[in-house]
Amino acid sequence: MTAAPDIRAGRLAPGEYAENFSDLHAPLDRHEARVAGERCLFCYDAPCVTACPTGIDIPLFIRQITTGNPHGAARTILDANIFGGMCARVCPTETLCEQACVRNEAEGKPVQIGLLQRHATDALMGAGKQPYRRGAPSGRRVAVVGAGPAGLSCAHRLATLGHEVVVYEARPKAGGLNEHGIASYKSVDGFAQAEVEWILSVGGIEVREGQQLGRDFTLVDLRRDYDAVFLGLGLQAVNSLGIADGGLTGIEDAVAFIEALRQSPDLATLPVGRRVVVIGGGMTAVDAAVQAKKLGAEEVTIVYRRGAGQMGASAYEQELAQVNGVVIRHWARPVSVQGEGGALRSVTFTGTRDEGGQLVDTGETFTLPADQLFRAIGQLFVPGDLEGSGDVLDLASGRIAVDAERRTSLAGVWAGGDCAAGGRDLTVVAVEDGKQAALSIDRALLGFVPMAAE
Amino acid sequence: MADLSVNFVGIKAPNPFWLASAPPTDKAYNIERAFRAGWGGVVWKTLGEEGPPVVNVSGPRYGAVHGPDRRVAAFNNIELITDRPLEINLQEITEMKRRWPDRAIVVSLMVPCEEEAWKRILPRVEATGADGIELNFGCPHGMSERGMGSAVGQVPEYVEMVARWCKAHSRMPVIVKLTPNITDIRKPAEAARRGGADAVSLINTINSIMGVDLDRMVPTPHTDGKATHGGMCGPAVKPIALNMVAEIARAPATRGMPISGIGGIETWRDAAEYMALGCGTVQVCTAAMVYGFKIVQEMITGLEAYMDERGYARVSDFVGAAVPNVTDWQYLNLDYAVKARIDQDLCIKCGRCHVACEDTSHQAITHMVNGVRHFEVIDEECVGCNLCATICPIENCITMQPLVNEVDRRTGRFVDGSYSNWTQHPNNPMAKPLEPLEPAE
Repeated sequence: MTAAPDIRAGRLAPGEYAENFSDLHAPLDRHEARVAGERCLFCYDAPCVTACPTGIDIPLFIRQITTGNPHGAARTILDANIFGGMCARVCPTETLCEQACVRNEAEGKPVQIGLLQRHATDALMGAGKQPYRRGAPSGRRVAVVGAGPAGLSCAHRLATLGHEVVVYEARPKAGGLNEHGIASYKSVDGFAQAEVEWILSVGGIEVREGQQLGRDFTLVDLRRDYDAVFLGLGLQAVNSLGIADGGLTGIEDAVAFIEALRQSPDLATLPVGRRVVVIGGGMTAVDAAVQAKKLGAEEVTIVYRRGAGQMGASAYEQELAQVNGVVIRHWARPVSVQGEGGALRSVTFTGTRDEGGQLVDTGETFTLPADQLFRAIGQLFVPGDLEGSGDVLDLASGRIAVDAERRTSLAGVWAGGDCAAGGRDLTVVAVEDGKQAALSIDRALLGFVPMAAE
Repeated sequence: MADLSVNFVGIKAPNPFWLASAPPTDKAYNIERAFRAGWGGVVWKTLGEEGPPVVNVSGPRYGAVHGPDRRVAAFNNIELITDRPLEINLQEITEMKRRWPDRAIVVSLMVPCEEEAWKRILPRVEATGADGIELNFGCPHGMSERGMGSAVGQVPEYVEMVARWCKAHSRMPVIVKLTPNITDIRKPAEAARRGGADAVSLINTINSIMGVDLDRMVPTPHTDGKATHGGMCGPAVKPIALNMVAEIARAPATRGMPISGIGGIETWRDAAEYMALGCGTVQVCTAAMVYGFKIVQEMITGLEAYMDERGYARVSDFVGAAVPNVTDWQYLNLDYAVKARIDQDLCIKCGRCHVACEDTSHQAITHMVNGVRHFEVIDEECVGCNLCATICPIENCITMQPLVNEVDRRTGRFVDGSYSNWTQHPNNPMAKPLEPLEPAE
């Protein structure tokens, strides 16, 4: 372990990048979609619909595909979920609709709902169709903070209901985690931006990029200037490992790595370690590990403190990591990092075990050589941006407390997506939050007396 | 091992699986391949009169209704009888019979309704050594416009007349092929018998338009923008054909008449069903046109296995065995009652039984029980109609269980195994209580 740390770009031959980062699942062509769709039984009160956070009428849209009406199918999907295209790509369908599919009971194999959804939404968006229209002007203005799935879902629905919407986005580019936070092989060919543009093409939505809450404007400003405010802020910080890192280089946040990769114009310029360790067990850990491998890292190991069953990443995602050559080690947590010349060289772990629900160390240790370490142990909501405004939002479990209609404790302020308490940190949940908040805002603006909050 | 050989009106064949008169039997090349594949017999594609052959369209002749995975559920055609010269067909028939003496070769014929026309062609067919003839009184498209095919089959008097001519001018067994495009199939069958025909074969194809091209606003298939009806066959016609077969098999005037069953036969089971309703042989076309001739190997081995399992040594042991159980509605037992039962271990909880019953029938299946998705039959409402079992995607998940010495909780009536039918029923103004089939309750 005397050699210099090996973190460098261009590990692959030029053509290999495009191949490695191509579409994870090839889209279904018309024949494949029809054969796949014909497996749908058109269930009554279908379990897949119940399992979908946005409540897409899945049996109906699949039936529309099989009858040669993919645009009608897309409309069914998008009516419930305006990000139906992205959700078809990134939803953990294996733990949502496809897990609930009754075909699992029959044959152990669900209908390919995600791929069918993509088939339909691709058909409509590929044809350049925009089936939605801006609603007749209501004269009301709504501020949306955050141009991620929650914010844009809310903005789109509000626009169709006739309200004028201004979206404030801190980053230079809209899209939120769809654009910055998911593995690139799940959203190829600039789909995330194309989808944002398609959503905004409904009209009535102004996006102001580079505008950060707490820096460029305050919640007080928004409450003063608009009839309603929706907060779709996302998460701002990454949990710390809880060990001293000695300021070593090579220790990074997985989300930053994923974002850099998504925004990189040339993957051959992106450095990656020869030996990479990822700490964590969620989708971010898998996305970072698999992409590190695809960038040419020789050894990539995910280390998770509990077992496979407790990992936030679904069994499918775990398998995806493994077939891509990532090693997953369970029941271990990092206790120290070792470096040389200010650079990371290895990570030492202790074994763990579950004792009556408590995680305890076994005392056994092992050390993995590592050029690069990615933290992927969850993200945090930082309420700091909301402070100093004079308006105080109630929090729950460290995130913004909302009721069933996504109303916060402040009158006229709604919130949704990852910044809101009670969610599941999924795109599809954020989309539903935005949609429900928009409907609630609309009712409030049109003077319906809202039901008392829970 | 069961013996599949048949002797159908004197025509012998190693098995009852024959290819029907249709494109697959148009020439020696196909017949050679069919016999090599194992078909027991063929009915040569219909020959017409000497002279310039008929002319077919040079374009689509077939249409279909597709089921899931583009399985052909129904098929139709607008092809006419053979468009090859008569003499070539006769030479090939002769050659094929010489090469395959153990297989049945029946020749389908269609000439104008004039005795001379039949007198001209019959000796020439007989000279080929063919085993018999089948009179094509069924083709419902093209030829019928010229007074042949189904135009003859729809007039019992013509059927009788031509059958009589054929028996008078030929020693060959005569099979009359019936058209289903008629109100009462028994009438032409009776006519065929009166005319001396040895057997009937049915059904020929059904008048049909398979679909409409909604872009061009023309039915499919079309010829240069215009379409005509075709003749439909394939799996979808099997129930229609089975009923017609059964009608002939049980009618007093035609009972016992040999029948060659045709219509949607794809598997050994389809064939066995026709045979149970009285068919001594079966004829296949669509399945061969969809899958090729090899399907006969499944049919042969499947029928053998079935017969071995049931202890039928030869085909005649079960031909017609189901005929006595076909009756009129009025004789069905109105005292009999069943209830649907859902096997909860097999149930995949798709909910289709519930919504079918709830929306369209008797509201007799639950959806939620104690807040849990659960599908169970409500005996107080279930009339035993079989809709749920029929539409359930899982085989044998829903079964119909007869009530035996117990109260039907819908009607409150004690079901004791008694029999009474509509002819005896008090609600029937025409009831004849003095002549019940069984002692009244």
